[in-house]
Amino acid sequence: MENCSYEKVGLNLEATELRLGLPGSADEHDEKLSSCSYSSSSSSSVVIRSKKRSSPEESIDDEEELKSNKRTMISHHNDDQDKNVPPSKAQVVVGWPPIRSYRKNNGVQQQQQEQKKKGEEVYVKVSMAGAPYLRKIDLNFYNTYQQLLLALENMFNCTFGEYSEREGYNGSEFAPTYEDKDGDWMLVGDVPWNMFISSCKRLRIVKGSEAKGLGCL
Amino acid sequence: MNYFPDEVIEHIFEYVGSHRDRNALSLVCRSWYRIERCTREKVFIGNCYSITPERLIQRFPSLKSLTLKGKPHFADFSLVPHGWGGFVYPWIEALAKGKVGLEELRLKRMVVSDESLELLSRAFPNFKSLVLVSCEEFTTDGLAAIAANCKWLRELDLQENEVDDHKGQWLSCFPDSCTSLVSLNFACLKGEINTGVLERLVARSPNLKSLRLNRSVPLDALQRILARAPQLVDLGVGSLVHDPAMETFAKLMTTMNKCKSITSLSGFLEVTPRCLTAMYPILPKLTSLNLSYAAGIPGSDLIKLIRHCKKLQRLWIMDSIGDKGLGVVANTCKELQELRVFPSDNIGQHAAVTEKGLVAISMGCPKLHSLLYFCHQMTNAALITVAKNCPNFIRFRLAILDATKPDPDTNQPLDEGFGAIVQSCRRLRRLSLSGQLTDKVFLYIGMYAEQLEMLSIAFAGESDKGMLYVLNGCKKLRKLEIRDCPFGNTALLTDVGKYETMRSLWMSSCEVTVGACKVLAMKMPRLNVEIFNENEPADCEPDDVQKVEKMYLYRTLAGKRKDAPEYVWTL
Repeated sequence: MENCSYEKVGLNLEATELRLGLPGSADEHDEKLSSCSYSSSSSSSVVIRSKKRSSPEESIDDEEELKSNKRTMISHHNDDQDKNVPPSKAQVVVGWPPIRSYRKNNGVQQQQQEQKKKGEEVYVKVSMAGAPYLRKIDLNFYNTYQQLLLALENMFNCTFGEYSEREGYNGSEFAPTYEDKDGDWMLVGDVPWNMFISSCKRLRIVKGSEAKGLGCL
Repeated sequence: MNYFPDEVIEHIFEYVGSHRDRNALSLVCRSWYRIERCTREKVFIGNCYSITPERLIQRFPSLKSLTLKGKPHFADFSLVPHGWGGFVYPWIEALAKGKVGLEELRLKRMVVSDESLELLSRAFPNFKSLVLVSCEEFTTDGLAAIAANCKWLRELDLQENEVDDHKGQWLSCFPDSCTSLVSLNFACLKGEINTGVLERLVARSPNLKSLRLNRSVPLDALQRILARAPQLVDLGVGSLVHDPAMETFAKLMTTMNKCKSITSLSGFLEVTPRCLTAMYPILPKLTSLNLSYAAGIPGSDLIKLIRHCKKLQRLWIMDSIGDKGLGVVANTCKELQELRVFPSDNIGQHAAVTEKGLVAISMGCPKLHSLLYFCHQMTNAALITVAKNCPNFIRFRLAILDATKPDPDTNQPLDEGFGAIVQSCRRLRRLSLSGQLTDKVFLYIGMYAEQLEMLSIAFAGESDKGMLYVLNGCKKLRKLEIRDCPFGNTALLTDVGKYETMRSLWMSSCEVTVGACKVLAMKMPRLNVEIFNENEPADCEPDDVQKVEKMYLYRTLAGKRKDAPEYVWTL
């Protein structure tokens, strides 16, 4: 079995990582953008098409990390190496969207995180058709659907495509679903994040064809 | 006018208040310069490094009120590393030494130490008003000094500062003899305060008009405080979390009914949506409402609330109100002049705002002149409609969350949309762009934005021409800030004289090289050209051909500053 090292700045999945290769090519995965930090002050999605810059740039949202981290470029990687990642992939960039750091650190988003940060860890099982074993992730570790989905994509080496209310995860091979308190299988992304966290019992990554059925309800 | 005695001219000048007008007066002739400078009481300094405090004191001996701004605007978005500068201490020290009769100090984006607050509180016996916006490095100890020593304090206004809370009971430091408070805003403080002390302070402040509480003040304390201050005009609610069935909640509603003067409402740093009903008695009179720090209020509750706010002139709100909610705003708030819509973190796109919300607002609120709008997408058609409906924009700031997103309907850049805005809004003074943009938008801006003073650009443009259009065309440009654009040395160096007509220029992640900055610095000795050298060791001289990560230049009469940190190179 190969040893894969995943560069996950800030995601810290070492607790659950088995350090074994998952199905799918490890090379492709390494080239994927694995270097996005999801600090508590991150905000909504941004697409960076800074085609002008030739040097790689990593997007980080933390002043301190600016000094020490390398920079990996986003759109460059998208274009050349990882065709699974659609160009409109959401990434985080320093200072965008332009929200005052006070507001970022003390505003609505921060409050929402603090409300649930009462020391709980909510580990749920994550399964995927065809995978030899299940994984577990701590839902409380993430603050937004984006962060969770990106983590799942990295963990299982798949892509979900873009979410839309009407069509679910369109244009992709896989879709994330979860079992809620009532035992129903739901599409991830429909309800507000906090509601999702409190009702999600387990996750399952299904193939696009299966997911279409869900999305069309 | 030459034959009027000085006293008459002085008297006439008393009616001239605005900084710009006073600056204009001082340029007319020598005697007007002299009279103006001797009678000037309020001075505004947009860049604390543009002049020395000594020179200020020398020119304006009657100085009573000083406004200072420190760090560049993009510091708000974590683009300026720690320690850059903007220290207020040297200013306070100089003012104290010069025995200035300082009564008011307003600071924005400055580094304020506890020592400076201590000195401030002791050196100026008539000190009345302290306003700190987006400042840092002080703690509640500094506030305690202000409370304890400023006998005639009228205003203590802390807006969005990062303050270290030392749990030292700073509020208790207001002596019993302090009865002069008119405005107290401590909403940004994170620590607990003694509500009993606060209530007694409010009780002995009959002139209190503005009170903004922090999160630690619960509903029952709010009720008791309001009972003692029914004359309040501006209220910032701390925490509104309570079971609405309880008696205290009913008491609060009764008290709110007695607060007939509140026209401005903000806060709700912690709120249970059901409790908002307590605010309903005052909603019809509100002219200003800020719900941008209120977490977890569903759009439907926001909409219910807004329906009561028919007199609203200023609204700050989260995008959870949605396009539909903005439609309700448009139908209800016909007096609306300023709107800010902030992004909440929600993948449930049905709750977010798009161009539709903005178009609705423009149709319903013709008096709108200031806008800050975070949205998921924007179209040219929408911007053109908005431009037609609202020709009175003074500030137009659009932040599309996906910074380079084109018009989703046509897949075109947003050049035409913004072009329509600048062409229609002849009074536009501030503009922030986003979305996919080519050089064309800058051509439009250069052509039409004659009154433009501040322009913020990110991830836009195709070539140096873009920046040149702006520098050539916008005669009144004072502040230009650019990030991640392909503007390079030609754009920077074509018209170096222009920068002396401006306050400052920021360029980060562009194509400008160290060599070009050096040339610029050499040609223009009255500019400070700073480049930030974050990644390399301090003594390593960068190559001339190396691209500059961050450059900040500003005109100055003070020369190279002596307090720059290691990573800042003034060329």
